[in-house]
Amino acid sequence: MKAILVLEDGSVWPGEGFGAFAKVSGEVVFNTGMVGYPESITDPSYHGQILCQTYPLIGNYGVSSKSFESDKPKIWGYIVSELCEVPSHATSEKTLHEWLKENGVPVIAGIDTRALTKKLRLHGVMLGILETYFAKTDLPSLRREARLIPDPNKRHLVAEVTTEKIKVYNKECKTTVALIDCGVKMNILRSLLKRNVRVVRVPAETEFAKILDYSPAGIVISNGPGDPKQCAATIATVKRLMRESVPTFGICLGNQIVALAAGGNTYKLKFGHRGQNQPCREEGTKRCYITSQNHGFAVDVRSLPRSWRPWFTNANDRTNEGVRHAAKPFMSVQFHPEAAPGPTDTEFLFDQFIGIIK
Amino acid sequence: MKIPKKILILGSGALKIGEAGEFDYSGSQAIKALKEDGIEVVLVNPNIATIQTSEFLADKVYFLPVTPPFVERVIAREKPDGILLSFGGQTALNCGVELWKTGVLAKRRVAVLGTPVEAIENTEDRERFNARLAEAGLKSPKGVAATTIEDGLSIARAIGYPVMARVAYALGGKGSGLSQNEDELREQLRKAFSHAPQVLIEEYLEGWKEVEYEVVRDRDDNCVTVCNMENFDPMGIHTGESIVIAPSQTLTNAEYHHLREISIKAVRHLGIVGECNIQFALNPKDGDYRIIEVNARLSRSSALASKATGYPLAFIAAKLVLGYPLPELLNSITKKTTACFEPALDYLVVKIPRWDLKKFRRVSKKIGSEMKSVGEVMAIGRNFEEALQKATRMLQIGMYGVVGNESYSFKDLEKELRQPTDERLFGIAEAIKKGWSIDRIHQATKIDRWFLSKIRNIVAVEKKLREHTLATLPASQLAEAKRKGFSDKQIAIFCGADELEVRAKRTRLRITPAVKQIDTLAAEYPAKTNYLYLTYHGREDDVRFGPGGNKVMVLGSGSYSIGSSVEFDWCCVSAVLALKKLGYKTIMVNYNPETVSTDYDICDRLYFEELSFERVLDIYRRENPRGLVLSMGGQIPNNLALKCFKAGLRILGTSPESIDMAENRYKFSRLLDRLGIDQPEWRELRSVAEAEAFAGTAGYPVLVRPSYVLSGAAMSVVFDRKDLDKVLKKASRVSPEYPVVISKFILNAKEIEMDAVAAGGEIVASAIVEHVENAGVHSGDATMVLPPQKTYIETMRKIQDTSRKIAAALKISGPFNIQFIAKDNEIKVIECNLRASRSFPFVSKVSRVDFIGLAVEAMLGRPVKNKKSTLDLNYVGVKAPQFSFSRLKGADPTLGVEMASTGEVACLGEDVHEAFLKSLLSAGYVLPRRSILLSIGGRIQKHRFLAAARTLEGMGLALYATDGTSAFLKANGVPNTRLHKIHEHRSPNIRDHIAERKIDFVISTPDPERKAASRSGYELRRMAVDYSVPLLTNLQVAELFVQSLALKKVEELPIKHWAEYE
Repeated sequence: MKAILVLEDGSVWPGEGFGAFAKVSGEVVFNTGMVGYPESITDPSYHGQILCQTYPLIGNYGVSSKSFESDKPKIWGYIVSELCEVPSHATSEKTLHEWLKENGVPVIAGIDTRALTKKLRLHGVMLGILETYFAKTDLPSLRREARLIPDPNKRHLVAEVTTEKIKVYNKECKTTVALIDCGVKMNILRSLLKRNVRVVRVPAETEFAKILDYSPAGIVISNGPGDPKQCAATIATVKRLMRESVPTFGICLGNQIVALAAGGNTYKLKFGHRGQNQPCREEGTKRCYITSQNHGFAVDVRSLPRSWRPWFTNANDRTNEGVRHAAKPFMSVQFHPEAAPGPTDTEFLFDQFIGIIK
Repeated sequence: MKIPKKILILGSGALKIGEAGEFDYSGSQAIKALKEDGIEVVLVNPNIATIQTSEFLADKVYFLPVTPPFVERVIAREKPDGILLSFGGQTALNCGVELWKTGVLAKRRVAVLGTPVEAIENTEDRERFNARLAEAGLKSPKGVAATTIEDGLSIARAIGYPVMARVAYALGGKGSGLSQNEDELREQLRKAFSHAPQVLIEEYLEGWKEVEYEVVRDRDDNCVTVCNMENFDPMGIHTGESIVIAPSQTLTNAEYHHLREISIKAVRHLGIVGECNIQFALNPKDGDYRIIEVNARLSRSSALASKATGYPLAFIAAKLVLGYPLPELLNSITKKTTACFEPALDYLVVKIPRWDLKKFRRVSKKIGSEMKSVGEVMAIGRNFEEALQKATRMLQIGMYGVVGNESYSFKDLEKELRQPTDERLFGIAEAIKKGWSIDRIHQATKIDRWFLSKIRNIVAVEKKLREHTLATLPASQLAEAKRKGFSDKQIAIFCGADELEVRAKRTRLRITPAVKQIDTLAAEYPAKTNYLYLTYHGREDDVRFGPGGNKVMVLGSGSYSIGSSVEFDWCCVSAVLALKKLGYKTIMVNYNPETVSTDYDICDRLYFEELSFERVLDIYRRENPRGLVLSMGGQIPNNLALKCFKAGLRILGTSPESIDMAENRYKFSRLLDRLGIDQPEWRELRSVAEAEAFAGTAGYPVLVRPSYVLSGAAMSVVFDRKDLDKVLKKASRVSPEYPVVISKFILNAKEIEMDAVAAGGEIVASAIVEHVENAGVHSGDATMVLPPQKTYIETMRKIQDTSRKIAAALKISGPFNIQFIAKDNEIKVIECNLRASRSFPFVSKVSRVDFIGLAVEAMLGRPVKNKKSTLDLNYVGVKAPQFSFSRLKGADPTLGVEMASTGEVACLGEDVHEAFLKSLLSAGYVLPRRSILLSIGGRIQKHRFLAAARTLEGMGLALYATDGTSAFLKANGVPNTRLHKIHEHRSPNIRDHIAERKIDFVISTPDPERKAASRSGYELRRMAVDYSVPLLTNLQVAELFVQSLALKKVEELPIKHWAEYE
């Protein structure tokens, strides 16, 4: 199978096709992590995106369902330099190709992913079309289409990946955490459950009153895809919850929602942070942590009300990596303390949060 | 943060197996880091060939032994505020720990910067190490010492079978082994306890993956892992003997980050500040792990990680040790992001160790838990096949890649795979070709199937290529082969074409490599990095190529091996710096991760690439430089001269036609005849009969150089016809295709070398270097003296005269070296190399004449001025070889025409005796206090040594001697105790005396007139090496040693730094 990637700027990237026989369009982004492709692929934050891996050899250890961050692949398309067809690992259940094929995700391999990454870095993330095909493709029409791809960030992507129903976990535990699922990664859930709290996972647009019915000791707002400003209902809910002074912990999109609920603003980064090596300094300390990240939007710290403080700052580009309230138990981080994929340096934040609510 | 004013750095001394060029890299970076903070740096390192001991780095350099007595005296003199122990390998670490333990550092108020010594000791002492890890809930291999059989069995029950039983206090792992069950263990313990008091019962980690992490930590507890690496060879093979891949390829996210988390936990718990390496065993079945080792210092792995990622580990480590917080240091590549991060690679690297076992007689070729390799290569690619094939070529052992190598055959493939030698990689390719399944190979090797299936991919491409001629080969397949790392040469072999034809075809089809940057962040941030590699997995170059008029390309020396070592890296780096000074942009090509030349701050552009004709051409065509320098990196670049010249590349300096004339035996011989210069009689012969006839007329002994060697060394001296037959019939093949060169070997002659620089055929700088050993010892193993102390003026005049003639005849412009044999004021030329020689750093640093700078000017055709002579120095420099025989089980530690040393040291002194003694101590010798064992072969030699023996006796040393030597000495009135030979099993015996440490020093010199060293002599020397008893095997060196010992007291040897010798 062959494959072709056409970007909105008209550039054409021919390669080999794997995974599904399909044509998709979406926002093309890159991730610099060297391990953890099953985790990334199943991360709902990638909903609406075509993911390019900068590490050239992908699929080496196959696919194990134990490492899924949601029920199935969430990326819309996949770009790699080389896809491993003969994986080797005790936990491998199938090859990456088979798994993506089953799940309808097309893959383009054999392209210069470094050149593509550099383009995205210079021009910012771009929209693109990825098509796998057997005989021939109609390049001129693909190019025309590529110029007209609707921006997925204009859609309410969170609504497409949030849980449909309220789910309760660790029913026997006393302390309750309400987890607002904007497309939650399973390891956020696991990280909470491991700390012996009852978790009520609610759809992103659950009303304030409904959440309070569970008398949560704390609220966790999860990661998720797209522009946080699309999440008006969730922002409103969080605003009300904070008015009640319920301890709040936002992660990734959750960080942006917390900031917006507090009255701050967010903006789109040129090409985002996606990887496992982002250094984040904790304000007021000498510490700097290596974090796992996947986001395209960021909080504008200057827009925050006076009672809010920047908590973490990216040591490379000085963008905001977390905010916290000066007096109240509201905290949130832009990176992923639950890791998976990535370093586990900031897992202690869950302990801090649980310490506050227990 | 208080920055110390003056810091002492300890180097690692000579290159040896297990401690090589990586410490030149780490020390140099540390010095740069300290200098940046305005700190005065004092360096102790007797390795004169290193870059760190160059004038432009440390403020003061002491060419002295890195041992507590000498370092203590340097401290007393220099009064530094702090000392760095972690940049000079185990040598520096051991010396520093000793100085700390004895209270010297406290007394002199010298602070140990970085990891505290207590923490270092926690990593060095096995029991403390395990205990400390256990405190933090971390796992190390389960193992308990047993002293009885019952004890052992119950320990094994607790650990679970199979278990590994390691016999304590046994050399070379004697008696150690694997037990699958209680019966086997009982039997094994019964045997073991018959000769050892203690056996360590350990869990057996067979087939576990071996994974390493490089960790840095600052004083504020910021801690990151800069790189992880996976060994291709699983547990059981020393990581220095393993093929290593960075980053890991077969680890899941959970495994990768679990081990990362544990690394950080361990490093924090152990209290390490700076850099550290941590090694894991990882169970591929369930992800269970063991921490095998923690190295609380820069190591070979950290040098590799540094080159693999572009993260300057040693530089950063030095800054952390000074107290800088990691987040405040900058990433040296992007210059705007922080150093507190973990590099993301968008390529992978493959390291392969470089062995040189063929250089040693009687050595075992098996690889395992002990290091034997002498160097390593690192290849960068965007898939495993590409990097692996590049790496195999970089080894420069005649391989075209993983496949396509000539006449490779394994007698017993199964055995090769199960009990690996240095050739196992090629055995795997062979097995795949023979149709073995990946599972079967995995069973035999325990190598992960991922790696094996990649090798299978390479074999598959070979098969496809073989179905075509070059004309019928489709573009897609040609491109596929290039992406899988096939060289033009390999493709040419498979398609029956010529290398250049393949090149022409692929250039026409636009199948060309792309130049990519190593930028530490996988292109996420813009980087102006000059650290480059080439790949066929790219559609665009990362860099632009400006006009070339101002650019000069320097070819590096490749991997370290016997005969090509850090001295050539010094030459290359010096050449690059000289070119920069003259205003040129420099391009460096090299692939040795242990070098300073591959630090990207040395040159303007660094290509971490193959030194092959194909790759040099790829780079040259893009850069289009003013010229190519290939006379600085030893023989590897020199060998490319003619080919590059014929391809139209501009080569700076002496014409490649002259190089060819010096390299080609016939042409050179004719030249010497024409110039009226004498040379030892020689002939190239095409049959054994012809060889015998020539040797007969020329007269024995003769030097024999077969061109096809079956076993053993390529060169040897032969004393009679029987020996000659043995060499020509058993050890080699002689035929018209494989001729043998035989030359007259001159006994009792001196060997003298001329290192020089000429400009336009005129010598502008020269140094005559005298060997202490008589001719017959390879110049790389010789003890060298500058200026000469025992050479006649007449001989020197003749040498200068002859060198002038040769320089003029070959129109030399650049560096060169001529080797002479001198006897009774007659000289003969034995070799001439039109490139920088191994001794260039030695002569340059001793004489303070910038040989490389002058050579560079000469090569560029600039006017060259030099007024300084190398003869009238007020001091003497002596260079001594460093051997690594203790690492090479079974190897005979005698010297011969094949080089065996792995490194060298050189020291300065007021006279030859002082300099010699310092060098000897620097090379690890310990002087005798009570006793010495003599075994002098040959009648004349015994007479010669008599005076020395009397001196030794006069010094109050107890003399022991073997039969002949003992009788001779007694007959001449020198009292001594005779010791029986090891195989004689009679008392008093050499074996007991050495084993019981009753012998401090051994002088065992084989009879130079008998070729095959006797079995008993070999056993004696080998035992001395195995028990770390200092050993001298050359008569002239032994004499100089005794004289020096009598004349000098070690504790009174003057302590002066380099600049004080004027």
